[in-house]
Amino acid sequence: MNRLIIRGGRLFDPSTGTDGIHNLYVMGGRIASFKPADRDTTEINPGPGVEVIDARGLLVTPGLIDVHTHLREPGFEYKETIRTGTLSAAAGGFTSILCMANTAPVNDNESVTRYILEKAKEEGAVNVFPVGALSVGQKGERLADMRELKRAGCVAVSDDGMPVVNGGLMRKALEYSSVCGMPVISHSEDTALSGSGVMNEGAVSTRLGLKGIPNAAEESMIARDISLAELTGGRLHIAHVSARGSVELIRMARGKGLKVTAEAAPHHLTLTDEAVGRYNTNAKMNPPLRTVADVEALRAGLRDGAIDCAATDHAPQSIIEKDVEFERAANGIVGLETAFSLVYGLVADGLLPLNAAISALTINPARAMGLDRGTLKVGSVADIAIIDVNRDWTVDPLKLKSKSKNTPFTGMTLKGVIVKTIVGGRTVFSAD
Amino acid sequence: MRFKSKDLLGIEDLDSQDIELVLSTAGSLREVSEREIKKVPTLRGRTIINLFYEPSTRTRTSFEIAAKRMSADAVNISVSASSAVKGETIKDTAKNLEAMKPDCIVVRHSASGVPHMLADYLKCSVVNAGDGAHEHPSQALLDMFTVKEKKGTIKGLKLAIIGDIGHSRVARSNIYGFTKLGAEVVVAGPPTMMPPGIERLGCRATFSMEDAIADADVIMMLRIQLERQKESFFPTIREYSMLYGLDEAKLKMAKKDVLILHPGPLNRGVEISPAVADGPYSMILDQVTNGVAVRMAIFYLLLGAAKE
Ligand SMILES: [Zn+2]
Repeated sequence: MNRLIIRGGRLFDPSTGTDGIHNLYVMGGRIASFKPADRDTTEINPGPGVEVIDARGLLVTPGLIDVHTHLREPGFEYKETIRTGTLSAAAGGFTSILCMANTAPVNDNESVTRYILEKAKEEGAVNVFPVGALSVGQKGERLADMRELKRAGCVAVSDDGMPVVNGGLMRKALEYSSVCGMPVISHSEDTALSGSGVMNEGAVSTRLGLKGIPNAAEESMIARDISLAELTGGRLHIAHVSARGSVELIRMARGKGLKVTAEAAPHHLTLTDEAVGRYNTNAKMNPPLRTVADVEALRAGLRDGAIDCAATDHAPQSIIEKDVEFERAANGIVGLETAFSLVYGLVADGLLPLNAAISALTINPARAMGLDRGTLKVGSVADIAIIDVNRDWTVDPLKLKSKSKNTPFTGMTLKGVIVKTIVGGRTVFSAD
Repeated sequence: MRFKSKDLLGIEDLDSQDIELVLSTAGSLREVSEREIKKVPTLRGRTIINLFYEPSTRTRTSFEIAAKRMSADAVNISVSASSAVKGETIKDTAKNLEAMKPDCIVVRHSASGVPHMLADYLKCSVVNAGDGAHEHPSQALLDMFTVKEKKGTIKGLKLAIIGDIGHSRVARSNIYGFTKLGAEVVVAGPPTMMPPGIERLGCRATFSMEDAIADADVIMMLRIQLERQKESFFPTIREYSMLYGLDEAKLKMAKKDVLILHPGPLNRGVEISPAVADGPYSMILDQVTNGVAVRMAIFYLLLGAAKE
């Protein structure tokens, strides 16, 4: 059986409370053991079938998990494919990603789910867990066959991209999904309030003469969704929280013991609406970049656990969608390859404990989605990230593995370089 | 003297010296329009393209006449919104036009930021003739020119801008311009049309028209889009007119020698009563006349002064 030994790294695994210099042993694609390096007397004989990685000075964590990516395949292969999207994930330290259902055709039935999983098996660099559509065609009219989606391999349902406007349907989705054992991921947005807005509503939108989206468009819908989670006992995961009021609502819901989890995107944790600058369409996404007060509230939420996941909302768009008038430009940015560094930047700046950061990228998303991942405990699948947190890198869109280059972080120097990404004991990415 | 930038995209980017330069240049060029032969050879051989994605006969005509009085060749291109959506992108259009070697493109577009995109793509000068709800710099310059001509100075004056501030590029450009020249600017309109953080542009905001026009030296009435009623920005035209229309009764609250500006076209009887629009304080036709001089000055400062 193939063996992998990762020696001398700082093993950091919130799921087991491990933090220290350890040797990590992997056998047959699973974690065999880990031992404090200074007390490890195991004799290591490199040879055929044995790979040894010297991780001295590096951080070794469970492989990162992203509960919110758009892989664009099937239907929009010119933006991203399962191949390029998973390569991008691997380059970002992610070993498992959930892909949203807004493909063409929509992933609302088992044939699409199976197509995605087969493609991922053939060409994917990392584990792909599909998210099924909540409603048929994401039209918000009637429920998709959730049981069938689950059996085919979906792990959650969501109409992400298309807010579920109809509260009655959302209620039924939360009720019905619980018998299928899947959480409902909600893109919470009152589209009557967001209207034709294209950025955060505030002083910056006023200055630029662009239509704004108020925080209330998100907060009011999250309030509704939390009420419905309470009513139904269903499992609710709130996608891409951007507004400070949303954090308060979620904190309250979790305080009540409701089955509510939530994610914030690295860009919402680090940028404000000022990033729109002079109509930069790579700073256009939905929900939009907000203000300093919102960014601070999201960070506080991540610190105290109100927000338990960091998720990218990786949304590749081609130049065709982005190199146009700001108000006509498509929403979204690529995020897989910058996510870790952005979150780690908060740690480096003393704004977030390392434990909260790594939890939000590993065990918390695994728990939120019911995945048996995000941990290095003995016997678990050997999905591992090895990271040099002391090294900086500068974002060059042309060097991203993603097929699309729509990032607002161009030219920025970030902290933390992914050195190796290991999926099931196999190295799928190595920094050059 | 010439502009620091190759483009005129907004008043936000200008400092008071830039603005004064345009106003004084316009002052010396205005006389050209009073001559029998209304033409100077300054921009002979220069090509100016008026690229209008939004229909606006007056602004386009004003730019066209300004170009011709400076002896430039002016070409008008009107792109209907529908064909623009289906057809080529703004960038394609811009690159195609640039291949014809224009010296300046004057652009009007319903989307904020389009002139800025063009300015980044193109080597030639770009003049913003109005972009979305963002800026309309030539309008603000002609407004300042008109006021300065009548009042001698802008410093220390009180300007009230009344109406749909949220959707108004005229308001934004004038807030920047008048405050940069030392005026006090107060904007007033219904709360539904008052954008958040407008004060950051340098003005004071109020929902009371009376508050805004009290002792004002200049009142600028904005055109109200009647369609906004359908989106519930205000209940009825009648109510709007009662609260934010300028009639003779309200006019009494302003200074005795108040000037009334309006960027046109007017909704008579809605935001401005016919008696006020045609009354002695109205500068509306002066604005149109001065618009040509100010646009001649803009072309001169962007294109002509280069050779000197
Ligand atoms: Zn979404």
